[in-house]
This record gives sequence, C-alpha cells and structure tokens, in this order.
Amino acid sequence: MKLTVKKGLDINIKGAPEMVLSDASSKEFALKPSDFPNLVPKLLLKEGDTVKCGTPVFCDKYNDKINFSSPVSGTIDKIVRGEKRRILAVTIISDDKFTQENIGTKDYTKLDKEELKSDLLKIGLWPLLRMRPIDIIAQPNDNPKSIFVSGFDSSPLSPDYDFLMKDKSAEFNAGLELLSMLTDGKVHLQTRNKSNEVFTNAKNVQRNIVKGPHPAGNVGTQIHEIDPINKGEVVWYINPQDILVMGRFSLTGVYDARKTIALVGEGTSEKKYFNTVSGCSIDSILSSSKVEDNSRILSGNPLTGEKVEKNGFLGFYHHQISVLPEGNQHKFFLTEGWLSLGFNKFSASKSYPTWLLPKSKSYNFDTNLNGEERAFVVSGQYEKVFPFDIYPVQLIKSIVTNDIEKMENLGIYEVAPEDFALCEFVCTSKINVQNIVREGLDLVYKECM
Amino acid sequence: MEFLRKIFDNAHEKLNSNEKTKKFFPLIDAFDTLMFTPNHVTNKGSHIRDAIDLKRTMMLVIIALVPCLLFGIYNTGYQHFRVLDQLGDVSFWEIILKGALVVLPLVVVSYGAGLLVEFIFAIRNGHTVQEGFLVSGMLIPLCMPADVPLWMVAIATMFAVVIGKEVFGGTGMNILNVALTARAFLFFAHPTKMSGNEVWVTGFSDLKGEKYASLINSANPQGIVDGSSGATALGDLASFMQDSPVLENTKAFQAKYSLMDSFLGFIPGSVGETSALMCLIGAGILLWTGIASWRVISSFFIGGFIMATILNLVGGNGYFELPAIHQLMLGGFMFGMVFMATDPVTAAHTNKGKFIYGFLGGFLGILIRMVNPAYPEGIMLAILIANVFAPLIDHMVIQSNINRRLKRLKTA
Repeated sequence: MKLTVKKGLDINIKGAPEMVLSDASSKEFALKPSDFPNLVPKLLLKEGDTVKCGTPVFCDKYNDKINFSSPVSGTIDKIVRGEKRRILAVTIISDDKFTQENIGTKDYTKLDKEELKSDLLKIGLWPLLRMRPIDIIAQPNDNPKSIFVSGFDSSPLSPDYDFLMKDKSAEFNAGLELLSMLTDGKVHLQTRNKSNEVFTNAKNVQRNIVKGPHPAGNVGTQIHEIDPINKGEVVWYINPQDILVMGRFSLTGVYDARKTIALVGEGTSEKKYFNTVSGCSIDSILSSSKVEDNSRILSGNPLTGEKVEKNGFLGFYHHQISVLPEGNQHKFFLTEGWLSLGFNKFSASKSYPTWLLPKSKSYNFDTNLNGEERAFVVSGQYEKVFPFDIYPVQLIKSIVTNDIEKMENLGIYEVAPEDFALCEFVCTSKINVQNIVREGLDLVYKECM
Repeated sequence: MEFLRKIFDNAHEKLNSNEKTKKFFPLIDAFDTLMFTPNHVTNKGSHIRDAIDLKRTMMLVIIALVPCLLFGIYNTGYQHFRVLDQLGDVSFWEIILKGALVVLPLVVVSYGAGLLVEFIFAIRNGHTVQEGFLVSGMLIPLCMPADVPLWMVAIATMFAVVIGKEVFGGTGMNILNVALTARAFLFFAHPTKMSGNEVWVTGFSDLKGEKYASLINSANPQGIVDGSSGATALGDLASFMQDSPVLENTKAFQAKYSLMDSFLGFIPGSVGETSALMCLIGAGILLWTGIASWRVISSFFIGGFIMATILNLVGGNGYFELPAIHQLMLGGFMFGMVFMATDPVTAAHTNKGKFIYGFLGGFLGILIRMVNPAYPEGIMLAILIANVFAPLIDHMVIQSNINRRLKRLKTA
C-alpha cells in the first residue's frame, strides 16, 4: 500500500547527527515509572538487591503481570522518590557483566499466543508494546486488530532508522515473527520509498510506503490512514529498535536491551550515534562532547521529548538525546523579538519572510516560547499541520471542558499527545496542547475503559 | 537596549516588592512585553515553538490597515474641501492636515478608551493585557463617520470592549466583532450622528448652518445641493427607492460617482471604508502573510456579488440596476469583507464553515443594504448576523464529521 500524507510540517533544525557510530558505556542505569503514562508502580526489590538483565524491578500495581525489568546486571542503588513518596526512578549500578536472567531457551515461535504473552510479561519485554487508543502500555488481555511499526522517524532531528537498523535483519525478522503471533490481524510496517534492506526484506509484515512531511512517521498518522481505530478497537504499536530486543529474546531467550541512540542539537559538539543500553545515564552519552552552558537536554526529540538533567537518564521509549540552547533571554522587539524582520526565524505561518526561502534551509531554535500564552484566537492553524480527519481545536476544547461524549465523537480514541506536537509548535496562542490531550486520554481511560 | 531592560526589571522588582502594588503588574508587563519578547521558556510538550505570536499577528493586521487609514485621512480632508468647492485652492498637505486633525483624534480616543478598559480588567482579573484590542482600536475610528463626536467614540468603545468582549472572558472569547459592536451601539443609540446626509463630510453640518444657508436660499439651490451634497453614494442610491430620487436614473448616478472614483475611494463615507483599492492592498498584506482567511474573503465577495446580480436581474429602479461590481465598491462592503468578516475569533472556525460564513455575510450584506426602507447600508448588520450564526455553522460542519466517523464504525 502506498499513501501520501498531505498535511504536516517538516521543521529543519540545525544539529542533525552525522552517520558515525561510537560506543558509550554507562555505569548507572534507571527505570522511570514516569516514562509510562498512567502507571502506578509496585516495587518488587529494594535498595541494595542484586539484579540480572531481565530481573523484574517493579510491576504495574493494577496488573501485576506486567513487569519492568532491569536492563543490566548489578545492584539497585537508589529508589528516588518525589512528592507523596511517588517513585520517580529506580537507579541501578551496572557490574558491566550483563549476566542474564534465564527463563530457559526454547523455540518461542512454537508457543501458543498465551504462552508467548506470559513469557514476554515475565522477562519484562511487555512494556515495549504500546496501544492506541490512550497511548499506554498494551493490555495483555486485548486482542489487537493490527500491530503498527513505523520504520522511519519524521520528527525534527530524528535518528535515521535505516542507519540504526543496518545489518540487523536476523533479529528484526525474529522479532516480527513474535509480533505476528500476537495479533490475528496484520503487522503493518511503514517505510519511506527508499529504505534499508532490513525493512525491505522484512517478513510477516505488510509493508506500506508513506510519503509526505512530518507527522507521516508517527504511528498515529499511519493508523489513521491505514486501519483507523473506532471505539472499542485496539491497535498495538512498537518501535523497530524494540523489535530487535524482542528478536534477540526469541533467538537467545534473554533480555538484551541494547539500542543505538542519536545525540543531536546545536547545544552539543558531537552530533552522532551511540551504542548503549536502554535506561543509560545521560552523562555517559554527553561525557565525550562539549555541551554549551545554558542548554536544555532532552531525552527524545525536540517536539515530544522530556527535559532531563545531565545526571538524568534516557527515557524508556526514547532513541535520541537532543541538546538545544535555552531561550531564557528577553529579546528586544525590533531586533530579534516579535516585530523583527526575522530572516533567520522559522515560522509555519507566513508572517516571517522565511516562508519564501527554500525549504531545505535549516534554522537555529531555542526553547523560548516566542510569545505568551493566550486564548485561542487564530483559527485554521492546527488544521494545516494535522493530517487526521479530526477537528483538532474542537477536540482540545472538549477536553478542556471535560465533555467525554464529545471527546469520543470527535475522535479522541485515534490520537495521542505526539500527534498534536505540531499543533503545539505552530500555535500562535502558545497553548500546551500535548498536555491537554494527555489529560483527556487519562480521563477517558479512567471513565470509559 | 540594556538600559531599557534594566528599567523594566527595576520596575517589576519595585511592584513585586509590595503586596499592594503587586496587582498592578499588567501596567508594567504590557509595556515590557511590547518592547521585549519575554524570556518565557517552554516547559512540557514541544520544546521549540514557532516564531509567531499574537502580538505579531495583530500588528500585521494594523499594518494592513495603514493604507486605509492614510487614505481615510486624505479623503476626509478632500471631501471637506470638495463641498466647500475649494479643492483648487488648497494644497495636498492642507488636505492631509485637515483630515489628520479630524481622524487622528478619533484614533487616539478609541485607543485611549479601549486600552483603559483593558488595563482595568487586566488588573481586576490579574492577567496580562491581551492584544485583541490593538486591532479593534484601529478599526473603530475607521468605521465611523468623520464628524462623530469624540465622547461618543469613547463611550461606544468602552461599551464594545466591556459588553462585547470582557463579559465573555476577553480576547478570543467574544461572539461579536468588537469594532462592529461599537459601531452598532452608536448606530442605534445616536442615529443622527451615524446616518443621514450630514455626518459623512467633516464640517458639513456646521457649514450648512452658516455658510450654506445663504447659498441654499439663493436662486439655484438645486445646483448647489447637487455639487456639494454631504450624502454618501449609497444615500443617493437609496433615494431611488423613495418618491423623490436625488438623481434621475442610474446613468446619472454613475456619472456622479464613477466606478473609478468608487474604487479609488474619492466618495463620502466612513473614514476608512471608502477606498476599495486600499482595502484590497490590505487584503493583499493579510493574505500574503497568511493572517486573514482567503476562504472568508473570497466567499464573502462571491456572496455579495451573487446577491447584487440577483437584484440587477430583478431591476425596476435605479438602485437595483446599478451593476453588481459597482455596488460592491460602495459603502463598507470591501472594508467589512477584508477587515471585519475575517476576524478569526468571531468568524466560523472550521475551514468549510468559513466558506458558508463568508458567503452568508456577503449575501446578507447586499440584501440588507438594498432591501430595507430605513438605511442605505447593511454590511455591519450582516457581519454581526453572520457572527451570531458562525457557531451554528461550525456545529453543523463538526456534526457531519462526527456522523462520518460513526458511519465508519457501522460499515467496518
């Protein structure tokens, strides 16, 4: 199947990574419950306990089958708590041996669906699978109508999946085989027209070719175009690198959470790829490069990432670290502020002359809000970058007013916060749309599911 | 700019140091954020943001209004000297000076009154001053007759900002276009200053009282009235509907107000509305920068054109027979189309809805203008009606989307 996403926006930011790969070795790792929306964790271990790769550290309080496992072997260092003793992170000091928890090597492809599920749950691979609607960890009891894998990332400064996945066909196909066992429907793999042979040779999938600007690479967009979700239906999705983890599990029976991530952005001197392990410390990636003072470090991409400190950790679902200049300066209105000519400013609107320049020109971005938060004034702006057959502003308003029936009617089951990232980017009124969508999803989850 | 920054920082500090003065922060904040894009940074969600903000959006509309304002100033002087029959005696700059002395006070009073209300509400409600009024403040003087008393402008502006906007929650929440609310308020509260044949040319009523008394009483009053009427072109046109038309037929009208004059704007009318050309330049700026919706503008024009053509076909009197395109160049049609109907807050919000909304506005505008016995213009009321209907139009459009989604479920 071929499809073209017409609406959207490619944001060209300076600081794309070079195709260079190096190894990073992290001493400290962490599992952060906050990486999983709506999760209430129940600790299974305490500080000082030793763990192996694949030892469950905590589980979902309301579904204790879903385990979250240590990506490395070593000892649990700290359980970091926040307000009301909420668990923020469990940090683990690695012994660098990567001793594996062994649940016995077997031919997973011969198992039936339920047995496979219980093995995936036991070793802690389950959280890699996420579901739409609600955009949370897949519910083991659901029967998804299809599983989606996006073979490219269209967001700004995103890692190149063709590069990340190079020469990993065996693991990828092994992972896809397991995935295809989990659904009665199809596994959809979306790629660009030209893509790595890992993707073109993928088995057990329907490959779809997607054209068009960001958010063409978001699974939400792809699901909407290929197999839209109606109320009551469930679709699962998973990142290609996480399929490799599943594949290695299928081939060897162990939890091998290695991944390759990109370090990007104008705030860092080394913009390249690193081999590391899920949950690694940010410091281990940044130590080899010079980070500008007054920078913001993000786990994830600039549109959806999460702010982290230098002593923080990579998010569970993240495959890049972005370093952007912090924009906490006042800008005089005529020279670089709101009324400047702005030949170096990017805007999706035509209010800056840069819309006349070639689209390939890249821009410097900082984290300034470039204005103040206001009520909705401008209309038609979100619609230009929002490829769904959904009225974004009206959906946001129904969420703000807690009108669940309207949210359902307007299509909340099809969206996730990341689908609104571009809306939030272009918003003249600087409204934090992604946060509103998350709140809406949480409410719908609580009330209706 | 360091010294300016220091001044603002010090002012903020002083205000914040005292509990009593704290609530006056909008006073400083408004000027601070005008001079400096604030140092606010993103927190969650998208960490980078588009360079556009509401201030720039509003400022671009004001820039688009500048041609109308400048021409309005010129035309106000021009019309004044025209009725005095002194056009040959005065220089360009004298015309500008006369116009500026009339128009600029209107602008100042409108901004003064409106911003006063905005500041009071900002302090009362503890929020920053929002930008919506920057445009309204310029639109209000441009849609008033030149000779409207300044106190009326002040009252109308305050009424519009308070009742038209702040009671609904401020910028972005209003149902009716603020500038048109101000105009409608005066239109109904003080009709003698907003309509008739004596308010459109500055100084006309005074002149008529003193200097023209002798002329009108002279041997050939007809010629003088013809040469120096204070009526708008539409006023003259509307008289075709009455027993004693000012002009004998449409041809005579077209001779008096040529299509070119109507297009360029050398006719009496509200300060900024007369020149279709200037409105089109404004439209060009708004469309070029993507601020105004081409959907609204184009469908508004088409709606008006279709209604005017229908009335052309009905015919029967000099008013209905005026060619549609000439009809659209008169009165507030172009100004309303470009600057009033396109107000994003009060227009329909959905893209499909904008077509319907614009069409409705243009269609009703010409209908009300031509088929009502009382007043020879209808754009203001038509846009206000379209404003009222906009949420309903949006509702229908959204409901069709909801139905489509439900249908998908059934067929799936």
